[in-house]
Amino acid sequence: MSDFGPLKLHVPEPVGRPGDEPDFSYIDIPEAGSVRMPAVDADAKDMRDLAYTMIRVLDDNGEPVGDWAKYVDDEMAMKGLRDMLKVRAFDARMFMSQRQGKTSFYIQCTGEEAIACAHQMALEKGDMNFPTYRQQGLLISQDFPMVDMMCQIFSNEKDMLKGRQLPIMYTSKEYGFFSISGNLGTQYIQAVGWAMASAIKGDTKIASGWIGDGSTAESDFHASLVFASVYKAPVILNVVNNQWAISSFQGIAGGQQSTFASRGHGFGIPSLRVDGNDYFAVYAASRWAAERARRNLGPTLIEWVTYRAGGHSTSDDPSKYRPKGEAEAWPLGDPVERLKGYLVKKGLWSDERHEQMVAEIEQEVLDAAKEAESHGTLHSGPKPSTRDMFEGVFKEMPRHLREQRQKLGV
Amino acid sequence: MARMNMIEAIRNAIDLSMGQDDNVVVFGEDVGFFGGVFRCTEGLQAKYGKNRVFDAPINESGIIGAAIGMGAYGLRPVAEIQFADYVYPAIDQITSEAARLRYRSNGDFTSPLTIRMPCGGGIFGGQTHSQSPESLFTHVCGIKTVMPSNPYDAKGLLMAAIEDDDPVIFFEPKRLYNGPFDGHHDRPVVPWSKHPLGEVPEEAYKIELGKAAIRREGNDVTILAYGTMVFVAEAAAEETGIDAEVIDLRTLLPLDVDTIVESVKKTGRCVVVHEATRTSGFGAELAAEVQERCFHYLEAPVERVTGWDTPYPHAQEWEYFPGPARLGEALERAMEA
Ligand SMILES: Cc1ncc(C[n+]2csc(CCOP(=O)(O)OP(=O)(O)O)c2C)c(N)n1
Repeated sequence: MSDFGPLKLHVPEPVGRPGDEPDFSYIDIPEAGSVRMPAVDADAKDMRDLAYTMIRVLDDNGEPVGDWAKYVDDEMAMKGLRDMLKVRAFDARMFMSQRQGKTSFYIQCTGEEAIACAHQMALEKGDMNFPTYRQQGLLISQDFPMVDMMCQIFSNEKDMLKGRQLPIMYTSKEYGFFSISGNLGTQYIQAVGWAMASAIKGDTKIASGWIGDGSTAESDFHASLVFASVYKAPVILNVVNNQWAISSFQGIAGGQQSTFASRGHGFGIPSLRVDGNDYFAVYAASRWAAERARRNLGPTLIEWVTYRAGGHSTSDDPSKYRPKGEAEAWPLGDPVERLKGYLVKKGLWSDERHEQMVAEIEQEVLDAAKEAESHGTLHSGPKPSTRDMFEGVFKEMPRHLREQRQKLGV
Repeated sequence: MARMNMIEAIRNAIDLSMGQDDNVVVFGEDVGFFGGVFRCTEGLQAKYGKNRVFDAPINESGIIGAAIGMGAYGLRPVAEIQFADYVYPAIDQITSEAARLRYRSNGDFTSPLTIRMPCGGGIFGGQTHSQSPESLFTHVCGIKTVMPSNPYDAKGLLMAAIEDDDPVIFFEPKRLYNGPFDGHHDRPVVPWSKHPLGEVPEEAYKIELGKAAIRREGNDVTILAYGTMVFVAEAAAEETGIDAEVIDLRTLLPLDVDTIVESVKKTGRCVVVHEATRTSGFGAELAAEVQERCFHYLEAPVERVTGWDTPYPHAQEWEYFPGPARLGEALERAMEA
């Protein structure tokens, strides 16, 4: 007789499913300002605690507090507010365009706007992001033309990617935005390679890699951490923990056992865990990591704690797998409201001015959408040429592709 | 002119490419200080420094993923996968990323990589040191696939591959590293120093990708071969007395269709030979091309002589490896038809 009972497989479950009340008691939220800011050249082993806490700047009264509040700047706050509102309005409009059949697909980043918008402010011209599909704020905060983004979404005649790519998979070398791929995690190690190249050439540019909580389970996440650590690559390794990967909660990616930030520890990579809905905290942590990278002190891993307020994509219905009202119950609040709260408290902003700005931005987005639509939408109006389908597979078109193009008669 | 084996020719090609272009960097498992398990990068780290020739962690997806990032920055990485049998962890990075980057970004970003990997059997390498996975790559749009059969070509093709702005998979038949091999494993190995294709100019030169070479002219039957099979084909022709024309494809994609078609129209018969397994192997593509383009000229069905549809075995090496006897029988069948 064995003294062992039968083994049981542990399959993590989220605290709530449809019909349940939202419950975020699993997330410990330290007081804003309570986490210290180490020197940029601090040793990874002397800052391990920072992977298990949460860097926060704005307190519940909209007051910036603590070490990480040192970069708070009102002009930047105004810009941040505008950028985030633009992203939100852009998302809302494009979501609607998908529902109207003007495109096949869209992905919103509602609730996560602060992360990309504030992070981009900490980068410099020439640095390169390797984003996922949920960092449209990196482009919008740089005033990348919205019409161009929309033309890509509509796959129309002005689509910069000639209709070859699924909506939202933008690319812009000029704006430091690497070509988005549908394959999760692949771009994370590419960011490390890009950073290695910058170091090989003795450049001063840095890379910023992006991944979601779910995708940290991909093998390329591990590869990225090994390479970044071995070569001390000038790269920021961002993990956007929005609690969900389509219908899987972050526990399915290993988030119940430890924080995502703590993954950096085994590789000796300094790792921060940050309130992702706090524009100032995002900026300060990004700046800290960017400076480390630029001073050749190596990579930093940052877990941004946030919540995916919308569905995964236009093809997803979150009411099928998570409690209603989770976004409203999310304890870190809404990034736009929190930054607005700060500005109002300082007497720099008001509800009226805010409403006016929202209306202005909605108009701007609507105008951009009208212009983009005048160049065609997925099923109507001008399209990219069929000939373009064959271009760009190789630098020069080889014979077999020329023959195939001729077969199609274009 | 110098005498070089294939290893020396490859090393020389990388050396010259690194000398010509500061953006060429070399990395992979054991390629740095040690100079590679097959010595193909020996001395390069001492010459060009650790910044340009370095060891990589044992992670093939990491190696290719990092190379893609470097390429996007503007470098020209030459990455080594220690054995073609170990490329599978990197397949996602090669097919979903390197191959498609130019297309999906409309040329905003490109992947000018060269991915070198020793391939092929005939060395008692067993299941994971003998494979020929070329058809996994010829099936992917956006990458070029090259396999030289001798030192002269290896150097010229590798220099062309490194300079090429598209990603190139560069297969090196390791059985040919030290000398040509015609499948007669019971005979002593002849070194490259005794073969005319072991004569390699010391200066830089390129062989255009996408161009085949006729190794033996003949009128009876066309043999389409590449890598080690080129020498097997020459031996089979001599031993059967059949006047076969042996075409060394050199580049599998883009394929030199003109050379193939011209030859088959002349001979009216075609035998395809490769080490890789048969089903969905590159030979199927070759047979289909010949059938489509030369149908009215064919006097016999296109034959395929290939590895069997099994994993590459150890003890049964010579029953598996398509040697001159097996190819000879196919030539005779083609002539009888
Ligand atoms: C390699 C790969 N596997 C699966 C998918 C399908 N897929 C697309 S998004 C997604 C969830 C990703 O979740 P996460 O990384 O948490 O990012 P988020 O969507 O929450 O921003 C999955 C499984 C994919 N695109 N690529």
